[in-house]
Amino acid sequence: MKRLLGIEFHKFRYSKSSKVLTVIYLTIVVLLMLTGMIRINFNQFSGSLSDLGIFNFPLIWHITTYFTSFLKIFIAIVLVSLTANEYSNRTIKQNLIDGLSKKELILSKFYLALTLAILTTLVVFVASLILGLIYSDFNEFSIIFSQMGYLGAFFLAHLIFFCFCLFAGILVKRSAFALGFIAVWYIFEGILNLIARGVDQFYDTSIYDVLLHILPLNAMSNLIKQPFTKIDLVQSTMNQLPIEGIEFGYDIEWLDVVSVCLWSVLFIYLSYKLLKTRDL
Amino acid sequence: METILEINQLHKTYGTLTAVDHISLKIEKGHVYGILGPNGSGKSTTLGMVLNVVNPTSGDYKWFEGTTSNHDALKRIGAIIEHPNFYPSMSAVQNLELVCKIKNINTSKIIEKLTVVDLLSRKHSPFKSYSLGMKQRLAIASALLNDPEILILDEPTNGLDPQGIRQIRDIIQKIAASGTTILLASHLLDEVEKVCSHVLVLRQGKMLYSGPVDEMNRNHGSIFIDAADRDALHTFLKDKPYAGSITRHDDGLEVKLYEDVDNAQINKEAFESGLVLNKLLHKKQSLEDQFIELTNQN
Repeated sequence: MKRLLGIEFHKFRYSKSSKVLTVIYLTIVVLLMLTGMIRINFNQFSGSLSDLGIFNFPLIWHITTYFTSFLKIFIAIVLVSLTANEYSNRTIKQNLIDGLSKKELILSKFYLALTLAILTTLVVFVASLILGLIYSDFNEFSIIFSQMGYLGAFFLAHLIFFCFCLFAGILVKRSAFALGFIAVWYIFEGILNLIARGVDQFYDTSIYDVLLHILPLNAMSNLIKQPFTKIDLVQSTMNQLPIEGIEFGYDIEWLDVVSVCLWSVLFIYLSYKLLKTRDL
Repeated sequence: METILEINQLHKTYGTLTAVDHISLKIEKGHVYGILGPNGSGKSTTLGMVLNVVNPTSGDYKWFEGTTSNHDALKRIGAIIEHPNFYPSMSAVQNLELVCKIKNINTSKIIEKLTVVDLLSRKHSPFKSYSLGMKQRLAIASALLNDPEILILDEPTNGLDPQGIRQIRDIIQKIAASGTTILLASHLLDEVEKVCSHVLVLRQGKMLYSGPVDEMNRNHGSIFIDAADRDALHTFLKDKPYAGSITRHDDGLEVKLYEDVDNAQINKEAFESGLVLNKLLHKKQSLEDQFIELTNQN
């Protein structure tokens, strides 16, 4: 494993796009941390974002993982281009000729995806911890480290997305088209969701609830649910509105965890099958 | 003798097209093999199959008498397939370091091999800034990194200028002289003739010949002969046991030979029959003639 990871990081280190996008990723994470200082005016409320209580432990775990989740697209672009460029530079062929087996090749890519998922989770963990220690109103040890499940969900969401990117890169072989494929797939899931909702309304079925857990990107984004309605200010505002009976769930659902893990395995397996059956 | 590669009934079809048609052969240690064949005759596909990048439709192959798995065997060989494939933004050294990691060897030989191919002065420039000749030389350096037991070269001089061709050929000859087994696929016949001891001839995926270069064709070459009276010369020659077909050229007659002849004997007999020869030249058949003949007759 060490050897395979060494091979993959060698490729990662000397690729220009990976450097640029990693820097962009880190910059945005740091900038997001600084948003705590922004002062806002909202609903007779005036103060900085931190006064909203969003940086309080343990809510901060939910807030930061939810927002930084969107940044995974930057890392994903790196992964897609690293994988697809192996085809366009035909280095994948050379790797195999040099004595890397097809299994090792996929494994090395998977290890890279795994490591990147772990690293991004770590970055977000450290960033949130610092942010929380500065702004949080509660600083008891047990409160700080409660509800850490969001970080686990964050890691899994990244892992499945990276595996999906890897699969797209190997399937489509051109980085631009592979990114296109991911976008098209995202839209495809969106359309399926709309249709399902329509059908549910007409025939009183619950297809949408099933799709929400079964489709890979659905399950991925469903892992960490929106945290807005958890914020005190929003909550109190909503309570003033004459809407009754809306319940928001925030918990990570086991069904999503299982679904995401299965999809990750499936993507890696399919990538291997593709590589094995295709002539280079 | 130690067998390096044994191919057994290897077969590959792309849809209805047969690229390689049940080829069997054995590569033994210490020889230099040439694979000859026109473009599209299945040379690269055959090499691709034994190098684990093309899946055979049927048949199998064994590296090093089947003692190691295929990808471990590949770590012991060096191969260059068509275009040199490297990571464009990495330098020569970085690319070779990666190859070392894949082959699981240490990086101590990088400088030595870059010296062999004369790339030392550009070792830190990115690969994309190299000329085609330099890229090809880097590919050779990369293939030599592990001091391979066999070096496989597929069209190594394709697309190079005469100077580049010369450089590559010199390097190959140097490697061949050091006793490394080489398998060289090419459609350039003089290239093969200059370095190879054994030759395989492919056409449309079929193997037409496999064996030593000298035994490739059992005919004995031809003589170019001329005299003032060509008709008389023709009559004189056509009954001789050694004479095959006779072709008239502007500058004399060309006679295909059925057996070895002594030029002095022909000259003597002709003079005794009243013919004074003004030209008598024995020409051994070149590999090119043999190749054309072999690929045409089947």
